[in-house]
Amino acid sequence: MLVLGIETSTPQTSVAIGSEQGVVASALVSRGASYNEFLLPAIRFCLDEAGLGFRNLGGVAVSLGPGLYSGMRVGVATGKALAQSLSVPIVGMASLDLLAYEVRYSPKTICAVLDARRSEVFNAFYRSSPGGIQRMTEYRVERPEQLATTLGAWPREVLLVGAGALLYRDVFEDLGAGVEIGTMGHSFPDARALVELALPRMFREDFDSLDDLKPLYLRQSARRIQWERIRGSRSA
Amino acid sequence: MGRLPTRPPWPVDLEGVGPSQQSGPRTAVRPQPLQEWDQETLVLGIETSCDETSASVVKGGREILSNVIASQTDLHRAYGGIVPEIASRAHVEVLTPVIREALLQADATFWDLDGVAATLGPGLIGSLLVGVAEAKSIAAVLDIPFVGVNHLEAHIYSSFLGDPGAAWPAVVLLISGGHTLLIHARGDGDYEVLGGTVDDAAGEAFDKVARFLGLDYPGGPEIDRLSLLGDGDAIAFPRSMIDEPGFDVSYSGLKTSVINYVRRAEARGEEVSVPDVAASFQQAVVDIQVHKTMAAVDHTDGERVFLCGGVAANSGLRRGLEQACERRGLSFYVPSMELCTDNGAMVAACGTALLRRGRYSALDTAPDPNLPLV
Ligand SMILES: [Zn+2]
Repeated sequence: MLVLGIETSTPQTSVAIGSEQGVVASALVSRGASYNEFLLPAIRFCLDEAGLGFRNLGGVAVSLGPGLYSGMRVGVATGKALAQSLSVPIVGMASLDLLAYEVRYSPKTICAVLDARRSEVFNAFYRSSPGGIQRMTEYRVERPEQLATTLGAWPREVLLVGAGALLYRDVFEDLGAGVEIGTMGHSFPDARALVELALPRMFREDFDSLDDLKPLYLRQSARRIQWERIRGSRSA
Repeated sequence: MGRLPTRPPWPVDLEGVGPSQQSGPRTAVRPQPLQEWDQETLVLGIETSCDETSASVVKGGREILSNVIASQTDLHRAYGGIVPEIASRAHVEVLTPVIREALLQADATFWDLDGVAATLGPGLIGSLLVGVAEAKSIAAVLDIPFVGVNHLEAHIYSSFLGDPGAAWPAVVLLISGGHTLLIHARGDGDYEVLGGTVDDAAGEAFDKVARFLGLDYPGGPEIDRLSLLGDGDAIAFPRSMIDEPGFDVSYSGLKTSVINYVRRAEARGEEVSVPDVAASFQQAVVDIQVHKTMAAVDHTDGERVFLCGGVAANSGLRRGLEQACERRGLSFYVPSMELCTDNGAMVAACGTALLRRGRYSALDTAPDPNLPLV
């Protein structure tokens, strides 16, 4: 089964097409063209170069974030529209899972970290398991200092991966030898990992509902927070 | 776990597909010469520029087969205005079922479509992104043209959907929450903006006055409803700029005088009749707009007037402009209430007109929140 993967939740946009036999085509850009300019021409390019058409696709996988809101929305909207017009199933995966999956051979605890802007990071902890990874914590958005506190108390050695880890390197390096920071090569989630992770779900028919699928925001909109604060203080 | 979708209309090859099994020519083939588009062509129109999620199938650019509109008004009511982040989130969640429903009501499938149109701007960038991404994806899969549409131009085309007798040239009053424009529309894509507002849009003035009067959100329809109970001649609010040459209008001063009138009356301990204030305010807006529109008709030697945009749903404005046109023997066109709000049908109609002229957009097209009409 050929699956198209779409990852647009960070400043790096990537698409990949692959089957259980491996990735057959992929395209990636980290600067210049934005996701809404790059995405569909990139999908067309991958299909054309691999000698495929849209009708060869058996499923669509999208990264749901957490990440940058506009990118997540364009990626999810594009994935939904492709799945809907092709009448193929869709699965959504978390961006942080993709980051952790790429370093799954590490014996350490893996902590995937992405920049959430406003001086915060998205993160989750994983351990490697046979054939993949297992998430150990909720997806969280918090200040890097808060994450550093969790890391400082963590009973095992931790491998920090992702652009968020590199951005706040100063905060995490203070934690000493128990915390290793991953390389630039693993700073952004990649659509190739997305395709690999999505395929088993496709075979299990563990699909997501097209109408219910939405990005993982982790934060409420600023106005909603403000509103609930006002309402809370009124009712209090 | 989600529901397994219906099978695609072709055999899916589950084995690895290699270059030897190419699905077709490498360069995309345009389905048909666009000039030959006839009365049977079906275009899907998608509109997500603000707080309505809408999809529509229009046949031959004029006949509405479906026009599904999911309004987010309830989501924004608590905040007394549109919250862009909430609007963007809702579009992502609602658009897929809205498109499905539009096809279902039109008794069409994706594969019957000849083109896809979506609003490119002006509007809220986060909202525009969603509709444009979906439209481009559908067009890519179906290998049919995609065309990005100007939201203001789409409103003008709602006149043709409302009445098959509508034709160019016309003086267009495009009036909504974000825009107040007098346009000389000479033909498809041939527009001259004669004038606009120098400060607030008319719809904005309605909303601000309604909020000051403590009326429910959205305020425009509330003022219209209250106006029926009040006397439009009770309070003489100023008609600023009405006697000045040109076609520009100003609403900031009118809004301020409404607020000052109410505050002064309250300071004197007088009871304020809210219906009279609403009716007199609305009458001032109608007088200004009718006067300027008729001046534009004289200026262009016109015979037709189109009224369109969200505030075109206002009963006072509809009646006022219709009577003025009747007195002068002008043809007057105003679409139904549903076609005055933002909707996919007007986007499909405008898109069809563009596609007929061979204007389609590339798949790397990005929305523009400040897209001008001309
Ligand atoms: Zn509008």
